[in-house]
Amino acid sequence: MLITKEEKTFRIITYVLLIFGVVITLLPFLYMISVSFKSQIYTFEYPPRLIPRNPTLENYINALSKDLFGRNFLNSLFVATATTISTVFISALMAYAFSRMQFPGKEVLFYILLLGMMIPPVMLIIPQFIIAKYLHLLNSLWGLIVVYVAVTLSMQTFLLRSFFETIPRELEEAVLVDGGSNWVIFTKVILPLSKPGLSVVAIFTFLYAWDEFPWAHVAIRESSRRTLPVAIALFQNQYLTQWGLVFAATTVASIPVIIVFIIFQRYFIQGFVTTGLRR
Amino acid sequence: MKVGNEILNKSFFKKILKSKGAYFLLLPGMGLFLTFILFPLIYSLRMSFYKWNIVNPGSSEFVGFSNYVKVINDPIFIRAAFNTIVYALMTVPGQILFALMVAILLEQKIRGRTFFRVAFYITVITSWVIVTLVFEYLFSGQAGLVNFVLKDVLHLVNEKIMWLANPILVMIPLNLLGIWKGVGWSAIIFLAALQNIPPELYEAAIIDGAGIWQKITKITLPLIRPTLVFLVVVLTIGAFNVYISGLLMTDGGNPLDLSHFILTLMYKKTFTYLDFGYGSATSYLLAAFIFMISVIQIKLLRRRVEY
Repeated sequence: MLITKEEKTFRIITYVLLIFGVVITLLPFLYMISVSFKSQIYTFEYPPRLIPRNPTLENYINALSKDLFGRNFLNSLFVATATTISTVFISALMAYAFSRMQFPGKEVLFYILLLGMMIPPVMLIIPQFIIAKYLHLLNSLWGLIVVYVAVTLSMQTFLLRSFFETIPRELEEAVLVDGGSNWVIFTKVILPLSKPGLSVVAIFTFLYAWDEFPWAHVAIRESSRRTLPVAIALFQNQYLTQWGLVFAATTVASIPVIIVFIIFQRYFIQGFVTTGLRR
Repeated sequence: MKVGNEILNKSFFKKILKSKGAYFLLLPGMGLFLTFILFPLIYSLRMSFYKWNIVNPGSSEFVGFSNYVKVINDPIFIRAAFNTIVYALMTVPGQILFALMVAILLEQKIRGRTFFRVAFYITVITSWVIVTLVFEYLFSGQAGLVNFVLKDVLHLVNEKIMWLANPILVMIPLNLLGIWKGVGWSAIIFLAALQNIPPELYEAAIIDGAGIWQKITKITLPLIRPTLVFLVVVLTIGAFNVYISGLLMTDGGNPLDLSHFILTLMYKKTFTYLDFGYGSATSYLLAAFIFMISVIQIKLLRRRVEY
């Protein structure tokens, strides 16, 4: 292919703009990490410095020993894991029914379920609060988990159903000829072939549950049962000017997310694109 | 979960599956969905017509549309709606524009493509709580990086700006945060659309002597129009639902409830002033407004695209 002079210039501009964009994107994070290594006297120094003077681990030691940070971290881990396992399981069952089985009311039920994708979750917080109160689910991690599963279920079922639809049905006919049941088809054909789809569901559900703030903020009042986002937000309120401490906490909270993200990077792209899922 | 025990009992499960097992498969999911999504949705509508009594809901007083009337005539709500509309008008075009640029740049044959992609996605996966706190620090009055750049590097201002204390100025970091956090996601969606454009079209255009700018305006933009419409609608819905960043950065609408978004106002009225009827009416007004805007956008923007 011919490379014109215009294209060469364009390529240079491309790199310059991309590097500029990446700097704007990453700078706040680098700054956050930098401040987490600064001792209190340097967090308000002017002019601000990106590379910390006398870097220290004291913020991490303080944050981790402070109040219930470890407890909050474990709460988040439990809630996110339980939500993920339940969602993958429940949405796979539903997606299988919607994709492979015939039953009266199928269309209606599917459209009702899709309604869930269109309702902004924050809008439901007030009635959910009242229902959770009746069911004694306030101040309980299970109260978070059931709501998270319900909120994310529509999207994940929709995603998995589309994924199941792409699996050729000849395989199932072969199973049926051999005398296999729906259960065999589901566990031996559909699930093994759907690993990428199931991964997408798992990743998105985990991140959603790990990061969710509005419902956890309303539903949990007791500090020992808070999840990380709520704990960090209130942490910042409490230690208003101790930014080093706050950013040590946020850096620790980001670690699982970054790990999940880097390991499953290619699934992310697929997930975003196939579902239009927004976080 | 509910189904945990049944799954262990495989033969029971198998039998049900064979005979009309579909409802059984749907039961756990639909149960959760009805309890925590559909029922709340209807319950909330009902609440919006009552002067809701939290201690004894049975004795709540039916007040017709008066919660709605109260909300619409509340100057604090009007201010919150104004802030939210401005937020949508700034962040939606902002995200689209930058995302399109990033996607077109990433589509080029460049080195380190994976690195650039990963870098741009980072904002998408980080929680709103964390990025809001980081922006609060960057925009802090005394030692914030933004003030340093504006005053001592670019010399654009003479004094440090107290971004977070002023109900109008605080909208600037909030809007910038909205754009900054959303660009990565929209760029991914655009990128997928760009990769669906057949390369022959560009090759034909080159033969016809088209430049890069012409390729973008005559081929790329018309062909990704459906994606553009999708993004405008989804981003607008997202913008009207702005919540966490406002709640944290303005500490719940301070000063004087002037810096609210619609949902932060809903939260404060409901959980601080315990006016559940007002809160429910607010969320239904917001939902109705979002629905209306989406329909208008889709009608205005959608046009068939032929390949």
